[in-house]
Amino acid sequence: MAKPMFARRLSKELKDLAMNPPAGVDIIDANDFKVWKLGLAGAPGTLYEGEKFQLEFNFGPNYPLESPQVLFVGDNVPIHPHIYSNGHICLDVLYNHWSPVQTVASICLSLQSMLSSCTSKERPPDNANYIKTARANPKHTAWAFHDDTV
Amino acid sequence: MSAGTISEDEFEGSSDYDENDFEDDDEDESDTEFGQTGDMGFQDMITEKQRKKAYEVDFSVLPLADIMAAQTSAASHVSGILGVSLQQATALLRSFKWNKERLVERYMDHSQEILNQAGIVLDDVHTPVLKRPRGFVCMICFDDSSAGPALGLRCGHVFCQPCYEQYLTQKIVEEGECRRILCPESGCNTIVDEETIKKAVQPTVIAKYQQLQDRAYVADLDNLRWCPAPNCENAIDCRLPHSSFKTVVPTVLCACGYKFCFGCGLGDHQPAACGLVKMWQKKCADDSETANWISAHTKECGKCLSTIEKNGGCNHMTCRKCKYEFCWVCMGPWSEHGTSWYNCNRFEETSSTDARDQQAKSRASLERYLHYYNRFANHEHSAKLDRDLYTKTEKKMEEMQRTSDLSWIEVQFLKKAVDVLTSCRMTLRWTYAFAFYLARNNMTDLFEDNQRDLEVAVEALSELLEKPIEREKIAELRQQVLDKTVYVGSRREVVLEDTAKGLAEGRWEFFVDFSK
Repeated sequence: MAKPMFARRLSKELKDLAMNPPAGVDIIDANDFKVWKLGLAGAPGTLYEGEKFQLEFNFGPNYPLESPQVLFVGDNVPIHPHIYSNGHICLDVLYNHWSPVQTVASICLSLQSMLSSCTSKERPPDNANYIKTARANPKHTAWAFHDDTV
Repeated sequence: MSAGTISEDEFEGSSDYDENDFEDDDEDESDTEFGQTGDMGFQDMITEKQRKKAYEVDFSVLPLADIMAAQTSAASHVSGILGVSLQQATALLRSFKWNKERLVERYMDHSQEILNQAGIVLDDVHTPVLKRPRGFVCMICFDDSSAGPALGLRCGHVFCQPCYEQYLTQKIVEEGECRRILCPESGCNTIVDEETIKKAVQPTVIAKYQQLQDRAYVADLDNLRWCPAPNCENAIDCRLPHSSFKTVVPTVLCACGYKFCFGCGLGDHQPAACGLVKMWQKKCADDSETANWISAHTKECGKCLSTIEKNGGCNHMTCRKCKYEFCWVCMGPWSEHGTSWYNCNRFEETSSTDARDQQAKSRASLERYLHYYNRFANHEHSAKLDRDLYTKTEKKMEEMQRTSDLSWIEVQFLKKAVDVLTSCRMTLRWTYAFAFYLARNNMTDLFEDNQRDLEVAVEALSELLEKPIEREKIAELRQQVLDKTVYVGSRREVVLEDTAKGLAEGRWEFFVDFSK
């Protein structure tokens, strides 16, 4: 095997992503198979219409068997009950419900739908406390998914 | 007299004999009576012999092979009843935490639901495919070449074999998962069955998988616990309900020689119950390291009781926390000090006496704790030294064989003495944790008497063992050590019997609730 699995898979994903990206998603920076930066635009007709966000994906050598590290970066972190102000995202598929069949595109879609179904723009109730104590890698947080509806 | 003359070992046979005797002499009034009393005396003898000590529990040691055999035998039993294969029965049992009765009962009513839950398909039609279907793209590696094996469960999600293998290896080796490994497809709840796993992964991973299954088996059953000794592969089977561990200290002895508590897995901690041990250890972890230093170097704020260290400056203290101003020397409020800032001569004032009283009270509780902790720690430390004594003892024993006409077997008394000594120290150690939480009443005095007797005996034996060996006095020493060893052992039994009985009877009063 010339290329390791994650590289083979990511190169294919990148090709797909460039050819037909999901609505509102564009590639900002994907020059290696370690860190990708993607742009995510708030969908029309939702609370986030017109807003632009930046997502950072960190892939480990065990990708796609292990989930990538995904967080919002940049100046504009969406104000959402499941997104902490340090960019950490409380979404089960990124942590214990990860499956190797998930892709960067499918994560973007999940996030897009999470944003779109939001009814009131607010931070999670424990935001202040969480960002003080959280580690840099959100995968080290023991997530309790209190809300399955969004 | 029939009963009295029969040896204890053959009581089964003898009871028949007794009965015959009884029948034969049926007519004779006096003999019948005699037979009855003899019978009762005999009964007493059995109970006396068979009664285990109050501080002992019933248990058995299961080597790994037995654990595996137990799984197989349970599975074959169930497979016979339900008409499924051995492997399917094992999977079903696992999903029911090895509760045979519940499985069989529920299976009779909702077999399909239970099969789905355990990830089992009975018919062979859907066995995993091992070749790639036409137009196949593996959704993990996105490989679309048509060569090479692929694998898919009955849910129809097919992935290439290398990806499947990596996925399963990751789950088993990295994540230690063995109970519910699901199909890699997102949101698919189909369980990867054992057969597929064994087909897909390397033998080393299968071995790991088997090990995880054995671990899960022991973890699933309340009456099993692994021996925590390193490299020991035995489990202990103890059928006491876990709720009884409030009043029983279930010390068990593994075949490897390690003695531990079945309730919590820590080393033997008789006579203290598990809940008490947990509290004590937490307290020690929190307090003991710093407690000594705090006691020696600090005082407490007279108002908010924060601990304060004075590391320079004058006697005018201002508590950082509550801003209370006081004098370091007399602990009274600073406001009453006027201008005599550097000399405190106000020792007799009532307000400062009050402040000191309060301080003394909190120090007293600390000192009480330290009293028990120091003794607890001391015995732990001495037990370690006793273990060093072991090596010294060995030398001593060799020396004895050389210098005297004692044979190998005759010098074993030293080794035995050290063994008894170590176990007594372990017991003594925990009596202090036990005593710390004991509320004071008449029973406490009794307990403390027993504790003291054991302690005195232990120290005497310890001293005796440290003595240098003099050639002419060996016989005398041997006798002394033997006597002391027996005595110490019996003192330990007294303490354990009394505390265990007290726990069972609810005789001890603790000022804490450790029942959770």
